[in-house]
Amino acid sequence: MTDPAPETATQGGGFDPSAFEGILSRLGHGGHLGMRYRAHGVGWVEMELPYSEKLIGDVESGIIASGPIISLMDNATSLSVWTAIGEFRPQVTLDLRVDYMRPATPGKAVIGRGECYKVTRSMAFVRGVAHDGDAEDPVAHVAGTFIRVDNFLG
Amino acid sequence: MSTEHDMAMVMDFMPPFAHEMGMTVDHMQGVLPVIAFDYGPHVMGRPGFLHGGAMSGLMEIAAIAALRVTLSGDEPTLRIKPVNITINFMRGGREARTYALGEVTRIGRRVANVEAKAWQDDAAKPIATVFMNFLLSPPKPA
Repeated sequence: MTDPAPETATQGGGFDPSAFEGILSRLGHGGHLGMRYRAHGVGWVEMELPYSEKLIGDVESGIIASGPIISLMDNATSLSVWTAIGEFRPQVTLDLRVDYMRPATPGKAVIGRGECYKVTRSMAFVRGVAHDGDAEDPVAHVAGTFIRVDNFLG
Repeated sequence: MSTEHDMAMVMDFMPPFAHEMGMTVDHMQGVLPVIAFDYGPHVMGRPGFLHGGAMSGLMEIAAIAALRVTLSGDEPTLRIKPVNITINFMRGGREARTYALGEVTRIGRRVANVEAKAWQDDAAKPIATVFMNFLLSPPKPA
């Protein structure tokens, strides 16, 4: 979590998550929530979830639900595996743990940075941080594992 | 209290995010609500499969609903704050309606431990389970 985000992130071996941007923002759950690509490097990817009233989990405060943060971090950590190995490799989430430090500030986008710190033949180990502007004051920390699969589209 | 009353009470505290995901109270299992949503692009991950995050969001709402219902007798005004969630994924979720049911393992003075599971065709074959810890605190003074 210490790499500074470069001004233009173009590294990531042979895998470029920004090419996923169009797909991510149009299709599926991530796109429906408004999730989009932000930056990446080798072994890490940043995604962003703009604030939206449809994400609210507490009407009184306007704080977003924690569900969308799980989705954001699942996507960011998943993509980070492919930038770590430099190519797409079919995988599914085996487990994910999310610790909620504090609620996200209403009105602010949540930024999710996923990092893959170890890949084996079958597994990928990931961690990540969600914050709303200051990475030193995180909204959530996550840790998880992905397992390689053969039949990605089952 | 009637089943209709209980279901309405649970629907009442479902937040905008739950409605946005199409979550509803499918039925009551005993006193606890079974929350469900239909498959669609809004919950799709890789093509043809349910997104793990969408599954998690459903189970989280089911866990919160189970805790709220369990607290509704003695401590209806208690505030609950999720501290963490651990999600285990067992099977890929297919293009089908998905159900989730939460169950409170323990309510202490400051912490509640809640579990939930999600399934599609067969409740005995969960596609994912969660463990959640909640911090309990008294209501804010008016």
